[in-house]
Amino acid sequence: MASLIELANPTRFMRLSAVLLPWMLGAMALALAVGFYLAWFVAPADYQQGETIRIMFVHVPAAWLALMFYSMMALSGIGTLVWRHPLADVAQKAAAPIGACFALICLLTGAFWGKPMWGTYWVWDARLTSMLVLLLIYLGIIALWRTLDDPSRAGRAVAILTLIGFVNIPIIKFSVDWWNTLHQPASVFRMGGPTIHPSMLWPLLILALGFTLLGLSLHLIAMRAEIMRRRVRTLTILEAERLDRLAAQGAPA
Amino acid sequence: MSRAFIAILRRDLALAARAGGGGELALVFFLTIIVLVPFALGPDLNLLSRIGPAILWIGALLSMLIGLDRLFQSDEEDGSLDLIRASALPLELAVLAKGLAHWLVTGLPLALAAPLLGLLVALPGAAMAPVAGTLLVGTPALSFIGAAGAALTASLRRGGLILPVLVAPLTIPVLIFGVSASNSALGGTIPFLTPFLILCALSLLAIVVGTVAAAAALRQAE
Repeated sequence: MASLIELANPTRFMRLSAVLLPWMLGAMALALAVGFYLAWFVAPADYQQGETIRIMFVHVPAAWLALMFYSMMALSGIGTLVWRHPLADVAQKAAAPIGACFALICLLTGAFWGKPMWGTYWVWDARLTSMLVLLLIYLGIIALWRTLDDPSRAGRAVAILTLIGFVNIPIIKFSVDWWNTLHQPASVFRMGGPTIHPSMLWPLLILALGFTLLGLSLHLIAMRAEIMRRRVRTLTILEAERLDRLAAQGAPA
Repeated sequence: MSRAFIAILRRDLALAARAGGGGELALVFFLTIIVLVPFALGPDLNLLSRIGPAILWIGALLSMLIGLDRLFQSDEEDGSLDLIRASALPLELAVLAKGLAHWLVTGLPLALAAPLLGLLVALPGAAMAPVAGTLLVGTPALSFIGAAGAALTASLRRGGLILPVLVAPLTIPVLIFGVSASNSALGGTIPFLTPFLILCALSLLAIVVGTVAAAAALRQAE
């Protein structure tokens, strides 16, 4: 908690993130390179699904990250509403497009896998539908950010919307257990350990780490850009006020 | 406290009755959608009667969402929202009164008109009462989920389409159980009461969550 409060100073955050970012990018490149090498050349083709199993190595991390970024946004929403943490709405605004992209990647790769395996790009199955709803909620959040001009007011409005939309997250996670879906049930995070063979589990976990680092790096970069954008906005307003004052002083003379 | 509650309720009802543009327009819009569907699908009565409940529900959902962005916007513009915020009445109760008024002038007439419009889509006689019943208990959920969205967009000058975009994904459960309850009355393996009771639960939940969320959003907008 103390570190979170220290980070509330945007200048300190900018300094820390500038140090952190190259390391994260390097670790990301390493994890993605190793992960993709294992996924392409080492992991065996599935005896039933053949080479299409390799789509899973992108699909599953994208799905996890889409949920993770939404959960992060919900936490930031609480941070905005409860603690008025000055960086919480910056974090939330930066996370929305990244999460939306991962949700889209998850839906698209799922569709490409579904055509050869299920014989259709899309079914109205509980898991697929709830993921699509998540994408719609992401798009609604981005739309609300774009329509409200004042960032701090927009941040609070979006925080409320994000928290309302959070009901969807457990529905997505447990949809494969609650309903009889075409989508297979969870096979990594389950009671009694994963059911995937280690030759496929390891590439998946390494790629998941790589994609998480990619998402977090993009998030940091987007947060830095947003902080700069707000500084420019403040400076522009101050400059306009100064010119305004000068014009008012000049007028009577 | 209850006097202020009733005052807000009566004011909104009087505004809806005299100023126009509220409930009766939603009804006309409902009628228009129901009329448009057979033009798109073709006048096959067998098909229409099979998907009749779904058409009526989609029509009701859209008619409720279209006018919702005005729920708090007009109050924000003429300053009465500031008075409501400053009054002794908790903001949640004020939102409850406004949501209730919205439901009374749009949801209730839509539900009552649904059997009549069901004739246009060849809805069987046995399904008329269930469809009206599901709309009657389901539309409060739409009013109050929509109220949360309306509170978020109250201060927007160029809101327009943003409210349906925000609110529509959240209304999906209501739509699912409303249509499945109506369909189960037409026959099928599910008893009518199962989805119907879930629909009632969704409405009750939406009244609580929507009211609290809308009040929080209105407070934040100050």
